[in-house]
Amino acid sequence: MERFLDIVIAGLLLGGLYALIAMGLSLQYGVARVFNIAHGEFIMLGAMTTWTLYTVFNISPLVAIIISGPVAFVLGFIIHRTMFRKLLSSSANQGIFESNSMLASFGLMFVIQNLAFIIWGPEIRAYNYLTETVSIGGALFGARRLVTLAFAIAIGVAFYIFLARTRIGKAIRAAGQDPNTAGLMGVNINWVLALCFGLGAAMAAVAGVLVSMCYPDSAVMGQEYLTVAIIVVVLGGLGSIPGSFIGGFVLGIIGSIVAFYDPGLTMVAYYAIFILLLLIRPKGIMGK
Amino acid sequence: MADIMVLINLLALIYIGWFVDWAVKQNKSKVWLFSGLAIIMLVILATLPNYGPIYSYIMLSGILMYLILTVSWTMFSGPTGYISLASAAFFGVGIYTSAILGKDLPVLVVVIIGGLISVVLAAIVGAITLRLRGIYFIVFTFGLVLLISSVLLWYEIKFTGTRGRFIVAASNDTIYYIMLGITVLMFIAAYLIRRSKYGLALQSIGQNEEAAAHMGINVTAVKVAIFSISAIFMGMAGSIMAMKWIYVDPYSAFDPFRSFLPVLMAIFGGMNKFYGPVLGAVILAFLEEKLLTEFPYVYKLGFGIILIAVILYLPGGLVGVVEKVRARIAKGKNALT
Repeated sequence: MERFLDIVIAGLLLGGLYALIAMGLSLQYGVARVFNIAHGEFIMLGAMTTWTLYTVFNISPLVAIIISGPVAFVLGFIIHRTMFRKLLSSSANQGIFESNSMLASFGLMFVIQNLAFIIWGPEIRAYNYLTETVSIGGALFGARRLVTLAFAIAIGVAFYIFLARTRIGKAIRAAGQDPNTAGLMGVNINWVLALCFGLGAAMAAVAGVLVSMCYPDSAVMGQEYLTVAIIVVVLGGLGSIPGSFIGGFVLGIIGSIVAFYDPGLTMVAYYAIFILLLLIRPKGIMGK
Repeated sequence: MADIMVLINLLALIYIGWFVDWAVKQNKSKVWLFSGLAIIMLVILATLPNYGPIYSYIMLSGILMYLILTVSWTMFSGPTGYISLASAAFFGVGIYTSAILGKDLPVLVVVIIGGLISVVLAAIVGAITLRLRGIYFIVFTFGLVLLISSVLLWYEIKFTGTRGRFIVAASNDTIYYIMLGITVLMFIAAYLIRRSKYGLALQSIGQNEEAAAHMGINVTAVKVAIFSISAIFMGMAGSIMAMKWIYVDPYSAFDPFRSFLPVLMAIFGGMNKFYGPVLGAVILAFLEEKLLTEFPYVYKLGFGIILIAVILYLPGGLVGVVEKVRARIAKGKNALT
C-alpha cells in the first residue's frame, strides 16, 4: 500500500508538470492554430534563466516564476504579432497556415536553441533549492516537487476559471471555435490570437522554472519536453485545453508506474501509448 | 583547388536535377536525345576520385548525404504535403545496420539490407499514421527518432553493456562511389515515379485527398508505398556513411536535426520544381561544411534565420526567385502579369 501511494503521488508530481507543459502548447495550437515546435525552447529558457537568476543573483526560483511568466508572455506576444501575423495574412487557407507556421516555429526553435547554447554553453546546470523532504503517508517527497505540484494545479485551476468566467476567456473560446465568426462578433481577433500565443509561452516558461527546481537542465533539454507535451496534447485531445490538463496527469501516473519497474523505459512507454492512441482513438480523451 | 573541384561537381548535380525536372514532362525519345549533357555531367561526377584531391570527394560524399536525404524527403512530402520528420530514423537504421552486420557481410550487401530494413520500418510507420490527418503523421515521425534512440540506448545499457558501437571502415572512394550510385538510383526512381500514374496520384492526393479518393485512388496504399520507397535511399545512405564515421552511439545516429535539415533545404531550394531541393541541398550542405569548421556555434542559428526568412518572404524558395527572373527575361516588363 505504501508502495502504491508512493507511485501515485510521484505520478501526480510528474503529471502536474506535464499538464502545465501541455496546456501551453494546447492553447497555442487549439486557438492560435500554431503548432509551436519551439515550445520546448520556452521551457528551456524558463529553466536556464531561473538557474542564472538563482546562482548569480540569488533570486529565489519562486520569484523567478513571477519574473519569467510575464517576460515570456511579452516575448510570445511579440513573436506572434510579427512572425505569425505575417503568415496569417500570406497563407491562402487554414491548412497552409498551419504547416507554414509549424515550419516557421522550427526556425524559431533553432534560433532560440542556438542563442541559449551561446549564452549558457553545452554544460548541464543544476542547483539546490527547497531540497528538504516532506513526509506524506510514510513516504518521503522533496519539498520542491510538492511546490511544483501545487503551482501546476493552481495555474491550471486559475486558467480554467479565466477561460470560463471572464470576458477575455470567452473571447478566447470563441476564437478557438471559429476565428472568423468571432471577429465578426466583435472580438479583436488579432489581439486574442497573440494573447493566446503569449499565454502559452508564459505557461511554458513557468513550467521551465518548476522543472529547473527538480531536474538538471541544459540548452538542449527542450526537445524531450516538447515530445512529452505533444504526446499529452494528443492524449488529451487536439484542441482541448482541459484534455491536456487531464492527459498530463494520466501520462504522469503511467510514467511513474513504468519508472518504478525500469526508469529507462519511460519514454518508450509514452511512445507506446502514443502509438496505441493513434491506432485506437486518435481523438484522445476529450478531443473534438 | 579542392573547392573548385567540388563546385564543378555541385554544378553538375544541379544540372542533373534540372534535367530530371525537364525530362519528366517530355516524351521519351526526346529525353534520350538530350540526355547527352546529363551523361557527361554524370561522368564528371563519377571520375572525381581520379582527378580531384581526396578532400574534394570526401566533402562531396557529405554533400551527397544531404542531397539524398532532401530529395528522398521531397519525393513523398513534396507532392502530398505530409511533412515527414522521420528521415533521421531511416538514416539511423542504415547506420545501425552497418554497425551490426558490417563485420560479416560485404559492403554492398550491408547497404542494400540497410535500405530494406528502412523500407519495412517506413511501411509500418506509414500504415499506422498515414490513415490519419497530417498533423498526427508529423508529430509521430518527430517522436519516432527519439523513440528509437531511447530504445537503443536502453537496450545497449541493459544487454550489451556498452554505449555505441564500432563500425568497420570503408575506403573514401568506395564511400563516394556508393553514395553517387545511391544518388543516381534515387534520381531514376524519382523520374520514373513522377512519370507514372503513381506520381500523378500522389499529386492529386496532395491537392485534394478526398477528391482523389473519390476518383478511385487507393490513397493510403499510394501514400505508404511512396513513403516506403523514399526511405530506401535514406537507409542505404546511412549504411554507407556509417563506414566513414566508424563510431556511433544512439544519440548521434538518431539526431532529430538530421530530420529537420532536409525540410529546411527543400523549402530553401523551393518545392515547386524538382531541382529546387537539389539546389537547396547543394547550397546549404556546402555552406554547412564550410561554416561548421569556422563557426561551429552559430550555424544552427544561421539555418534557423534562413528558414524563417524563406517561409515569411520567399515561399517559393530559390526556385521561386529563379523562375521569376527567367519569366522577366523571357517576357520583359509584362512577365509578372
